[in-house]
Amino acid sequence: MLSIKNLHASVEDKEILKGINLEVKAGEVHAIMGPNGAGKSTLSSIIAGNENYEVTEGEILLEGEDISELAPEERAHKGVFLSFQYPVEIPGVSVTNFMKTAINESRKANGKEEMPANEMLKLIREKSELLEIDRKFLSRSLNEGFSGGEKKRNEIFQMAMLEPKLAILDETDSGLDIDALRIVANGVNKLKSENNAVLVITHYQRLLDYIIPDFVHVLMDGKIVKSGGKELALELEERGYDWIKQEQEA
Amino acid sequence: MSKYTEEDLKVELENKEYEYGFYTDIESETFPIGLNEDIVRAISKKKEEPEWMTDWRIEAFRAWQEMIEPEWANVHYDKPDFQAISYYSAPKKVDPNKTLDDVDPELLAMYKKLGISLDEQKKMNNIAMDIVVDSVSVATTFKKTLGEKGIIFCPISEAIKEHPELVRKYLGTVVPQKDNFYAALNSAVFSDGSFCYIPKGVRCPMELSTYFRINQAGTGQFERTLVIADEGSYVSYLEGCTAPSRDENQLHAAVVELIALDDAEIKYSTVQNWYPGNKEGKGGVFNFVTKRGLCEKNAKISWTQVETGSAVTWKYPSCVLKGDNSVGEFYSIAVTNNFQQADTGTKMVHLGKNTKSTIISKGISAGKSQNSYRGLVQIGARAENARNFSQCDSLLMGNNCGAHTFPYIESKNSTAKIEHEATTSKIGEDQVFYCNQRGIPTEKAIALIVNGFSKDVLNKLPMEFAVEAQKLLEISLEGSVG
Repeated sequence: MLSIKNLHASVEDKEILKGINLEVKAGEVHAIMGPNGAGKSTLSSIIAGNENYEVTEGEILLEGEDISELAPEERAHKGVFLSFQYPVEIPGVSVTNFMKTAINESRKANGKEEMPANEMLKLIREKSELLEIDRKFLSRSLNEGFSGGEKKRNEIFQMAMLEPKLAILDETDSGLDIDALRIVANGVNKLKSENNAVLVITHYQRLLDYIIPDFVHVLMDGKIVKSGGKELALELEERGYDWIKQEQEA
Repeated sequence: MSKYTEEDLKVELENKEYEYGFYTDIESETFPIGLNEDIVRAISKKKEEPEWMTDWRIEAFRAWQEMIEPEWANVHYDKPDFQAISYYSAPKKVDPNKTLDDVDPELLAMYKKLGISLDEQKKMNNIAMDIVVDSVSVATTFKKTLGEKGIIFCPISEAIKEHPELVRKYLGTVVPQKDNFYAALNSAVFSDGSFCYIPKGVRCPMELSTYFRINQAGTGQFERTLVIADEGSYVSYLEGCTAPSRDENQLHAAVVELIALDDAEIKYSTVQNWYPGNKEGKGGVFNFVTKRGLCEKNAKISWTQVETGSAVTWKYPSCVLKGDNSVGEFYSIAVTNNFQQADTGTKMVHLGKNTKSTIISKGISAGKSQNSYRGLVQIGARAENARNFSQCDSLLMGNNCGAHTFPYIESKNSTAKIEHEATTSKIGEDQVFYCNQRGIPTEKAIALIVNGFSKDVLNKLPMEFAVEAQKLLEISLEGSVG
């Protein structure tokens, strides 16, 4: 699904990613953990195509195709989805209208007709139930005045609507109380299939109690320094990151 | 690789031609250039006007000669040479007894280019339409249907002849001849425009619409609109404007007067898309317009405008809230791009008790344009419990444009409540990236954000106009972020 090879990237001439290698297969959930400033969010932004970062070396392959030169919307059309750590507000644009535009733009790019209104409504109903979202919420302006939890739930709702091949969840657990966390995680679990993959970027282990990863990677100073199974997350929770650092230096 | 950057978009936008910039080759009768009393008399004679009308024009002309062009607006331009303009131009084949079938086929083809098929309009939209090309009104549809309800909707030139009692009673009562420089000029030389009268207690069953178009080179357009809603009546009136692309500046100085008698309501909507000039700022229409409405007791006037065109706009649709409990509203979206300049807003003059006004202004500036909101809220000494709410929001695109807000408040009554809110924001890269990530290309993302920003005003437009307005916003602003 996703294959990252020797990825180097910088922002304003400062190198942040220093040779990342990562293989994510369809049906897998990978978690990327690491201390603040390790480059976790940079990695997610770069996969999504944020032009503020410059890829200086390496490649990003989605289903074997190099997407590192594509515009962000083209990556989205190919099935890349990023759940933002800080979703932005767009005043006056309802969640429904935004989703309708997003879905139809992707369909257009893939040579399909616009989705008929009744189908769209059905999809919205289905997915909002899945995420326990009040339908009134969908006519509000996108993210405007949303609580932290509402914003994150709305991100996962969008993911459900767009049905991406690769979903990147960037610190989706931050700002969520335990109930919201459970709902969001449930949503992600229900959306998981043999045909898609999830990349969970997180600081803490607690989200991983609900979304069980197949692999856990530790990102430090722009490199993946350790990989393991889900037990690695528990170990990190218990021991912090310093021991890995020491292991590295040894 | 097909990476479409904001730079590409900018280039595309710059190369995008003004969609309505065609010129129609219709045989026209145009007066020699220049302005003097003889020309004013000639216009009046051409229109076969009664003497009182000729005198009224002459009075206005004499006043105009003594006046000086206002300079207080936040706009800069070379003043038009009023002696270099022709004050009358008419498509030649006009027959006063015309029906739609008699209209010059070239003209009909032009309407088609403008996207208005009269037949369609008739059937689908239930809109009665008057079209003013250059100086003359060429087609008024639906006259019969309206006539049955006693509604008069016709060119003002016709109203002067056929309903002189109404015209004489109301013309110039809201915007007097000497009101300002351009209003005086208009009063002297106006050649056509629309007239509308809704009788007592009648609810006009359809939207009334006028489409204005400047076609001939070197002409000015000075239309005059007079709408009278008698006691307890209701009317919704739409106005659209386009002009061909030309290198020289064309002058448009219109006057619109609305009169809402006791318990009447007038909704007046404008989509103004005069040629804005090219990307270097050459050409474009000078739009110097005086629009004002008078509200008697319990009456209501709403102005809604979407302004995307003109090189220079100077326009303040206003309400005089004379009657107790009367209501004035102003909803505006003004878009400027390239070198356009707009100084627009409203005046709400509260004279009666318990009068209420609402002002929602949305300014969107892009390119090297300057966009100013100028508004006056005036509360008279008698206006107990007057209320005003004003909200002025500005959206900036790029770093070379400007947004300005000039709110004036004058209150002579201590019971008045006046609220003013203002915001300025910029379309953020993060907003655009968020949209991109969801599969929405930059161009579409900007349209979405702008539409969201303008929603409060777009919602006030009649349905079919709102769609047109939304399209116009997209055309005017594509790719202006950066």
